[in-house]
Amino acid sequence: MYGRKVKLRFFYIFIIFLILSLTIFLTLKSLEENVIYFQSPTDVKALAEIDKKKIRIGGMVKKKSILIKEKEVKFVVTDFKNEINVIYSGLIPNLFAEGKGVVAEGFLKDKSLFLATKILAKHDENYMPPEVKAALEEK
Amino acid sequence: MFKYFEPNKIFSITSRAPKYVLLLFIIIFSIGLTEALILSPEDYKQSHSVRIMYVHVPASWICLGIFSSITFLSVIGYIFKIRNFFLISKSLAPSGFVFNIVSLVTGSIWGKPTWGTWWAWDARITSMLILLLFYILYLVAWRIYDNKDKVFKVTTVITILGIINVPIIKYSVDWWNTLHQPASINILSKSSIHISMLYPLLIMTAAFALFSLLIFLMKYNTELIKIKNKGLDRL
Repeated sequence: MYGRKVKLRFFYIFIIFLILSLTIFLTLKSLEENVIYFQSPTDVKALAEIDKKKIRIGGMVKKKSILIKEKEVKFVVTDFKNEINVIYSGLIPNLFAEGKGVVAEGFLKDKSLFLATKILAKHDENYMPPEVKAALEEK
Repeated sequence: MFKYFEPNKIFSITSRAPKYVLLLFIIIFSIGLTEALILSPEDYKQSHSVRIMYVHVPASWICLGIFSSITFLSVIGYIFKIRNFFLISKSLAPSGFVFNIVSLVTGSIWGKPTWGTWWAWDARITSMLILLLFYILYLVAWRIYDNKDKVFKVTTVITILGIINVPIIKYSVDWWNTLHQPASINILSKSSIHISMLYPLLIMTAAFALFSLLIFLMKYNTELIKIKNKGLDRL
C-alpha cells in the first residue's frame, strides 16, 4: 500500500526508538540507587554496612513518637515493617506531623539511629476540604 | 483527506480564529481563576497553599501533552513526508516550553511551604527539567538549521529522544521513591482529590489549553504568511 521508502523510514524510526528506549532503560536500571530519592527503613536494614556518606531516609512519622526537647526533635520513621529513630535539631517544615510522610537527610549512626541534618515533609496525594476530612474522621 | 490541509483554506481559518479563541480563553480563565482562588475550599492539611496546584498541575499536563503531540506529528510527518505537520509542531512548541517553565517555577514555589525546600533532585522533578532541555533543543534546532530537510530530520530525532522521557515523568512517582507525591487523578480508579477541588482544576486546564491553542494559531498563521511571501516554499 505504501511505498518502499515510507516503509523504510518507518522501520528506521522504529529501530531508533527501540534502541534508545533500551539504552535508557538499562541506564536507569543500573543507576537505580541514585534515582531513588530516599531509602525506607527496610532498605536501611538490608544495608551490608553503614556508610559514612550522607543519605536520605523516608517513611511515615510513627504516631505518638514525636518528642520535642528544647531545640531537639526526636521521632520514629516507619514503613510499617521496620523503624528508625531520628534525632534532629533545626527548622521543621509546616506539614511535618505524626502519621504523615517525612524525608530526613543526614547520617546513619547505626541501623536504628539516624542523625538528621535536614527534614522535608512528604505530603500525600489526598486533597480535600477540612469539613470533609472531619466527616471522614467521624466515621 | 489531505485536501483539507490546503494552505489557503487553513489560512482563512487561522487568520480569523484567534480573536474568538482569545474571547473564549478570557471567559474560561476568569471563571477558572475565581473558582481556584476564591470559591474552592482550602485543603485540610496544606490550607491555602493548595491553590498553587490549580496552576501547577494544568501547566504540567499541557506541556506533556504538547510534547507528545509534537512527537506524533514529527514522526508521522517524517515517515510520510508531510511538511505541514512540521510547521504545526514548530508552532506548538513555544507554548509547551512556556508551560514547562511555569510547571517548574510553581512547583518550586509550592515546594517551599509544603516540603520545606525549593528544589529536590528527585526523579519527577529531574525528569521534568530534562523535558525542558529537550524543548530548548527542539526550539534551537529550528533556529540554527536553514536547510528544511535537515531541520525536519533533526527535530524528529530530538522528539523521539524526548518522548522516552515522557512515560518516565508520568511513572517516576510510582517506580521510585520520590519526594513528589503520586498522581491524585486517575482515569481508571477513584481520584484522591475532592470533587470541589477537581472542578477548578479541570476549568483551569481548559483555560490553559485554550491559551496554547491561541498561541499556536498565531504562530501557525505567521508560518503560513512566511510561505505565502516566499512563494517558493510550498507545503
